[in-house]
Amino acid sequence: MLSSSPFRGRRGFTPYLCPAVIIQHNMNSIIKVSHLSKQFKELKAVDALSFSVNEVDVYGFLGQNGAGKSTTIRMLLTLIAPTDGTIELFGYNLLSHRKEILQQVGAVIERPDLYKYLTGLENLSIFAKMSGIKLSKQQLMEQLELVGLAQRASSKVRTYSQGMKQRLGLAVALVHDPKLILLDEPTNGLDPQGIADMRNLILMLSRERKKTILVSSHLLSEIEQIANRMLIIDRGKKLVEGSVDELFHPDETIVLLETTDKIRTEAIIRQSNYSNALINVDASGIELKMSKEQVPAFTRFLIEQQVEVTGINARHTLEDYFLKITTANQHVEAYKN
Amino acid sequence: MWKLIKIEVFKIFKKPRTYIAFIAIWAIVSLIQLALYVDGQKYIDFVLSGVNDTFKVGGKIINGYFVCFIILQTLLIHVPLLVALVSADMVAGEANMGTLRLLVTKPQSRTTLLLSKFIASSVYTIALLLWIAVIGLFLSMFIFGTDGLINAKSDQIILLNANDVFWRYLCAFAFAELALITVGSLGFFFSIFAENSLGPIVATMSVIIVFTILSTLEIPLFESVKQYFFTTHMIGWKGFFEMKQTAEGDSIPGTIRNLPAVLRSAGVLLAHIVFFVGASIVVFKRKDVLS
Repeated sequence: MLSSSPFRGRRGFTPYLCPAVIIQHNMNSIIKVSHLSKQFKELKAVDALSFSVNEVDVYGFLGQNGAGKSTTIRMLLTLIAPTDGTIELFGYNLLSHRKEILQQVGAVIERPDLYKYLTGLENLSIFAKMSGIKLSKQQLMEQLELVGLAQRASSKVRTYSQGMKQRLGLAVALVHDPKLILLDEPTNGLDPQGIADMRNLILMLSRERKKTILVSSHLLSEIEQIANRMLIIDRGKKLVEGSVDELFHPDETIVLLETTDKIRTEAIIRQSNYSNALINVDASGIELKMSKEQVPAFTRFLIEQQVEVTGINARHTLEDYFLKITTANQHVEAYKN
Repeated sequence: MWKLIKIEVFKIFKKPRTYIAFIAIWAIVSLIQLALYVDGQKYIDFVLSGVNDTFKVGGKIINGYFVCFIILQTLLIHVPLLVALVSADMVAGEANMGTLRLLVTKPQSRTTLLLSKFIASSVYTIALLLWIAVIGLFLSMFIFGTDGLINAKSDQIILLNANDVFWRYLCAFAFAELALITVGSLGFFFSIFAENSLGPIVATMSVIIVFTILSTLEIPLFESVKQYFFTTHMIGWKGFFEMKQTAEGDSIPGTIRNLPAVLRSAGVLLAHIVFFVGASIVVFKRKDVLS
């Protein structure tokens, strides 16, 4: 059926040794989503969404709760059938090559729910077998070691903390050495140390093991720290997509200026070359939009005009943009309601 | 698929809930055995009260075969409820735990996944019935010994020779297995629609109770539809303990009075299993996993 499929002849591979079959097939785009939609009765959870994730990307999938992130990830995992649109993973249509594709995908979907009445080792063993591989106890223990759970391998999962469950969930996602890892809000419910550990683990998987990772979050700062590319969605629609460097270091910056005499400062700005940059004046101060290069010259101009500055704060437009999204009227609660 | 079945069986027998049924059956069987051991003669006098004046039944009436017959009549009404505890939990329980979404993302087809779950729940049902056979039949044979079996029906008493009983039990247990798997398939079907196992368990029990009541009611309105209820056919195992008769009215050992009826009942149960499992697969393949 798949004469040129990258998935053929991949039985019994050794964990940690990526066969790199996908790279050989010159597939730069690991995920390619085109016009993907999902309608739940009255609610359009995902609306004509298109994006692509390249090989070895850590791709941030950002949006507020109910934005459609989980629904999209569930469609990428065939948990939910799309109403419209296509999904290609590793260059193949997901629905027609489901089994072969899922052999290359690992996922943690929302909460890391596992069999509480089984031990960590038993859970890992079950999901390894279900993924089509048979690992020795030593190999399974190595996987648990990777996520720091080797000491608790024989404990029942019901005795695990939330952070330990999350790490075991990640071990389950990694046990069959997938090329693509989908993580849906992986830091939910974790304490600060757990969040830092998870972040480091994701970075290690990307840098050392060359995994392609799609990670969803509703926290911009989290995505900023781990992702190289990102997508922001709201109400199921794509708002912006691009490299994190570009999006976090845009040409334009919002400058919030606080002075002792706001009325005089506003008048000075309106009469100057910076009048077009003025976007808002309110109780919090004067807001201007300008390029980063303009900011030093602007501060010099204020000094020359003898404006007494009590505070100046430059923030990226993306942050501003995202704040607008997250503080917007709460989106109708997603399909679960 | 074999690998998945082994995983599912492993999961079933790792759950503490699974052993409730085994303990419950052990408790009921032990009580029946104790009661018949201590006070069995009174029970026999009651059963044979209508015929004791007409003829005398010799031999060891309270024997292992007789005790097992009493146990089966009692248990096969309640065991379906115990089967539902596990079968109705197979998919809904996974949804409730949140593990269903993880299973469905593994490189196995949904049909394979579902069939392996159903087969695993059937393995549990077989284990349950084997347990009944061990403690209900073999242990009773050990405690009470063996002799001919008296099958006291409302309109007749059937006497089966000692050497004509054991094979009937083997057939009866095989039939009972089919009946219990039918119940299991119903619970399994309900399990597809729910996200916790309580609803499917209660629904399965309700259907069994309602259909059993309707099956036993001698009301003309229900007579025509009774034959379609699987509960009507679940008691088909009793047919193995009836013999053909000669024109003179003598029983013929080694025969089954109405084998076609027994086979028809088995066919109806099998059809129900195919329908429930088939419907489960059709629904599950289209289901959005939101749990």
